[in-house]
Amino acid sequence: MIDNNQLLRFTTAGSVDDGKSTLIGRLLYDSKAIFEDQLDAVAATSKRKGHDGVDLALFTDGLRDEREQGITIDVAYRYFTTPKRKFIIADTPGHIQYTRNMVTGASTANAALILIDARHGVIEQTKRHTFIASLLQIPHVIVCVNKMDLVDYSETVYTDIVSQFEEFSSKLDVKDVRFLPMSALDGDNVVNRSQNMKWFKGAALLHTLETIHIGSDLNKIDARFPVQTVLRPQREGFIDYRGYAGRLASGILRPGDEVTVLPSGFNSKIKTLDTEKGSLKEAYAPMSISITLENDIDVSRGDMIVKVNNQPKPLQEFDAMLCWLHNDAAKPRAKYTIVHTSNEQKAMLKNVVYKIDINSFSRIEDDTSLNMNEIARVTVKTTRPLMVDEYRENRVTGSFILIDEATHETVAAGMIV
Amino acid sequence: MSKYYLNYLDELESEAIYILREVWAQFENPVILFSGGKDSILVTHLAKKAFYPSKIPFSLMHVDTGHNFPETIQFRDDLVKEFGVQLLVGSVQEAIDEGRVAEERGKNATRNVLQITTLLDAIEKNKVDCAIGGGRRDEEKARAKERFFSHRDDFGQWDPKNQRPELWNILNGKHFEGEHFRAFPISNWTEMDVWNYILRENIEVPSLYLAHDRDVVWRSDSWIPVSDHLKLEEGEKIENKKVRFRTLGDITITGGLESEADTLEKIVAEVAAMKQTERGNRTDDKRSESAMEDRKRQGYF
Repeated sequence: MIDNNQLLRFTTAGSVDDGKSTLIGRLLYDSKAIFEDQLDAVAATSKRKGHDGVDLALFTDGLRDEREQGITIDVAYRYFTTPKRKFIIADTPGHIQYTRNMVTGASTANAALILIDARHGVIEQTKRHTFIASLLQIPHVIVCVNKMDLVDYSETVYTDIVSQFEEFSSKLDVKDVRFLPMSALDGDNVVNRSQNMKWFKGAALLHTLETIHIGSDLNKIDARFPVQTVLRPQREGFIDYRGYAGRLASGILRPGDEVTVLPSGFNSKIKTLDTEKGSLKEAYAPMSISITLENDIDVSRGDMIVKVNNQPKPLQEFDAMLCWLHNDAAKPRAKYTIVHTSNEQKAMLKNVVYKIDINSFSRIEDDTSLNMNEIARVTVKTTRPLMVDEYRENRVTGSFILIDEATHETVAAGMIV
Repeated sequence: MSKYYLNYLDELESEAIYILREVWAQFENPVILFSGGKDSILVTHLAKKAFYPSKIPFSLMHVDTGHNFPETIQFRDDLVKEFGVQLLVGSVQEAIDEGRVAEERGKNATRNVLQITTLLDAIEKNKVDCAIGGGRRDEEKARAKERFFSHRDDFGQWDPKNQRPELWNILNGKHFEGEHFRAFPISNWTEMDVWNYILRENIEVPSLYLAHDRDVVWRSDSWIPVSDHLKLEEGEKIENKKVRFRTLGDITITGGLESEADTLEKIVAEVAAMKQTERGNRTDDKRSESAMEDRKRQGYF
């Protein structure tokens, strides 16, 4: 039973008020991922704070400051498993000053849960979260219209909100959007289908999460193998072994495939695809393997092995959507270290093309400053060409980070357009 | 194309191997923090997979409180021999003898907090720039905030509110001299995942995890093993029980639970039905609501 279970990563964004923490608490509680001693601790805290019953939201409080202020500051990861799937929740704060944390949580997610308070409908924050889901190309978006108990479980309220959402999101690039009405507080349509909203014919949230098709989320067409390190055991039985270790970013490889090593451009054939358990007949993303080639050619960390007839673009100047992550604003024409897959180069921000108002999606063209939590289209220039794909096509070879050379801090995250 | 996906254990394994290879590529002198517990054993096995057919390129570092289960030390030494790796030991007893730290007093005195100094000393002495740990985000609420690559300043301290954002799978291990990193390749594993994987891969774990007969006393809601370090309190009596340990820490603070689970299969079944958290019988975490966060800020595992 357990053998074919997949892993689904999803992100939640929201503020304290729209019931995000309650929803996560509910998912964990109803899927029995909460233990008695955790429940006891939360029950005691609920009582001390004077809440009625057990405040499920308290399960997600992590750091002391977060407990004191009652907000999520950082990304917190939660885990639960059902007989069908293992889930990783990246729980992120929803306020605009935490955009960087939302972006972080979204970067690895298969699905995004967007919470809307049924009393308020689509608000600025809804647009912001949806924009980030679209920018980060989260494959599936589930819009949860929450607090339906406070609007008498009204179908009209729900369908109005769905139309509002569809109207603004038509401007964005979100592929698979689903809607459902719920009350996280009472558990309606979270794990079990609601008895109060029989007009809703869809499945409860958990069932959707368990069955959503994620097999196609990873690009299986374009084989990209960034080399992390070279294995040279130099011990008996493996004296001449030279394996290129890495994790397949996308695509499928088989022994005998004609490959090119980039950036050198040397061609060879795949001899073996190795793991500790033995050699494979084929390997696919996101497997960690080591590759041996038929010819002895120079390959090192930062190189990429691809198929001869399907190659990324070598670009030294490209445009990207950039999210600025650091307190210190971007310095025009300053040099940064760019990390793209296992490759590291120097880069310069040549130009801020436009900034985006992430609440209205409008472009700001006359302001070239770039501050923490802002998102802009920029032109990046690097010292040597990077082997890139568009982020829309490939979330691994289309993404990069910038590191400040003076502080070693990660200051920006970019998506190549 | 639907067959081209990994099951969750394979995906977790692949992620951990990726992180271990990044550690090797980005740092000069990384070590695996080895406690003898199942999580650090798992990390060592994953390191074997990550670098096969090369040998594990990391030393193992053990912070020895002097309050060990004898079984743990035996297991550690056997494992070091089997994998052909170097063992580095930081001794809390030595730090006490040298007067660098003082033994705690009082009823629930342990050497748990004292490990921080020894760990940081050992990291400095061996010029370690990355210490790989078996910490998991599901263990404890402060650990839920950890990155795969977690920065420590030159005092070894963690600043949870000022962490580097970690996007996609791009890991930034850049640091200045004197600073170091902690790397957590099994961050995304839960206790259940660890046991399922140990069962699937048939990984050997210390016999302490399996149900066995042992002399114990009932204290702080669990069975504390009788050892040279245990002082009996008034009213406590030694009993012989069939117990197993869910986590392995200091022998003085690690409580066992009564169990009949004497095979890996039975442990997996038992863990699946557990109603208490894994660290629920660790008295070190019970001290306050933020006990783990406070220790981690100072440099704890």
